[in-house]
Amino acid sequence: MFITNYIKEVWGAVKSLATGMKRTIYYFTHHKEIITQEYPDNRDTLVLPERFKGEVVMPHNQDNEHRCTGCTACELACPNGTIKVITKFDLTPEGKKKKAIDKLVYHLELCTMCNLCVEACPSDAIKMAQTYEHSVFDRNQLTKILNNPGSKIMEGVE
Amino acid sequence: MYRQTEIVQEKSPGIVGESGEFTINVGPQHPATHGVLHLVITLSGETILKVEPHLGYIHRSIEKMCESLTYRQFIYVTSRMDYLSAHINNHACALAVEKGLQLEIPPRAQVIRVLMDELTRVASHELWWGAMAMDLGAFTPFFHAFRERESINDIMEETCGARLTMNYMVPGGVMQDIHPNFQRRVKEFLKLYKQKIHEYDELVTGNIIFQNRMKNIGILSPEDAVSYGCTGPTARGSAVSCDIRKIYPYEIYDKLEFDEVLEEGGDSFARYMVRIREMQQSIRIIEQLIDNIPEGEFQAKTKAVLKLPKGEFYTRVETARGELGVYIVSEGGTTPYRIKFRSPGFSNLSVLDHIARGSKIGDLVAMMGTLDLVIPDIDR
Repeated sequence: MFITNYIKEVWGAVKSLATGMKRTIYYFTHHKEIITQEYPDNRDTLVLPERFKGEVVMPHNQDNEHRCTGCTACELACPNGTIKVITKFDLTPEGKKKKAIDKLVYHLELCTMCNLCVEACPSDAIKMAQTYEHSVFDRNQLTKILNNPGSKIMEGVE
Repeated sequence: MYRQTEIVQEKSPGIVGESGEFTINVGPQHPATHGVLHLVITLSGETILKVEPHLGYIHRSIEKMCESLTYRQFIYVTSRMDYLSAHINNHACALAVEKGLQLEIPPRAQVIRVLMDELTRVASHELWWGAMAMDLGAFTPFFHAFRERESINDIMEETCGARLTMNYMVPGGVMQDIHPNFQRRVKEFLKLYKQKIHEYDELVTGNIIFQNRMKNIGILSPEDAVSYGCTGPTARGSAVSCDIRKIYPYEIYDKLEFDEVLEEGGDSFARYMVRIREMQQSIRIIEQLIDNIPEGEFQAKTKAVLKLPKGEFYTRVETARGELGVYIVSEGGTTPYRIKFRSPGFSNLSVLDHIARGSKIGDLVAMMGTLDLVIPDIDR
């Protein structure tokens, strides 16, 4: 009786190990089911989804115009103090003073990609870009000015 | 707590004392603790006499940080607590704010939230399954688990824009509508999952070495599970009914058909089986909802600046690890006066000393694995 149980136990153990090994051998012989991607080599073909949150950018059109009014909604929405809006006063053709951005400073090293600034922006001036390789040698390079030099606000954006 | 620490420091680790006991340190940098958990273990030979967890290596004072953030901003920080169920943490905070504002959530947002929660739960349990097998020396299951988890991460990346810390739930609903590909991708995932689920049992569950190392190890009785405050799969492995989705249903969980998974036994294997079966229940919930996402708004209209009325608000949800409670004290301003998170990992860790006493040191890792500890959740 003891011997029968012992043999049964050993047989069950060997069977369970063989079941697992069968699965391993299956993948050993079926190379097409392996789905790993070789990352640095597939950089050219790698497409990230359009909602991927990589970094905050400010799109400009061909005439170097952006949509930012300098309302500081993004600065207030940001939980980490990532965005700093520096405003100046432009003179309009009618001779009135008008608020505009001088610099929109963006600290990539502080950003957690939470998307709250993009949600808060009333004029869709900023959006998330799909970049992902952010490492640099000097941390000063991570502080970026989002508006291009000499850029103006787009016509009709209030 | 302080006094105990001093005693430990007097004995230098690894040196046998007068009574034949000696202490060893596991962690804070140890691969089996899945993070910076420091365990001081008192041993007599190979038998564990005491396990003393030392915390604080990844304390970021999230609760204090939240006091200086507005009700919209503080939600993103909670993704960093239990990073494997980030959606569910965000969900709990959004629910607490909504309770204060007395907001009605559109049905579409509710369904999207529940779908995301359940996908997160499957992803979390899959990572746990791989890491658990890796703790016991089987490395291949880790890759099998990550294959399925990867397709969930891709779904998250497409709809929420991030793979781990999504920040997708906002007070009033969800941040963006679901991606047009979402339903198709989820159905593809369900198909893949059903094709591959039998591999889990073949590779690990039925394996004789695995079973011998799990059965009758780390037994937790139902009474102890309740008195230590265990929740989630850890307590359900001891047949304690504690699923918040069933007991205090939130969102649309009361209209869904799913079973609360309970296992008798209370050993490591019971806790393992709870999580394996819970994944299938989550799949069942996703199947019920994926074709029935109602049309409409994905976000309720809220004011630009949220102000909670004066008072105290508490909500709880079922994360992949157990009950997460969010307690907000509001003074009527734009920022909370005090926030307290009742995290499941902290209570589940406290039971480790109890279940490990008297067992062999080789089984400690198996016991810790079945508690499913996420260290940033314990320390916050």
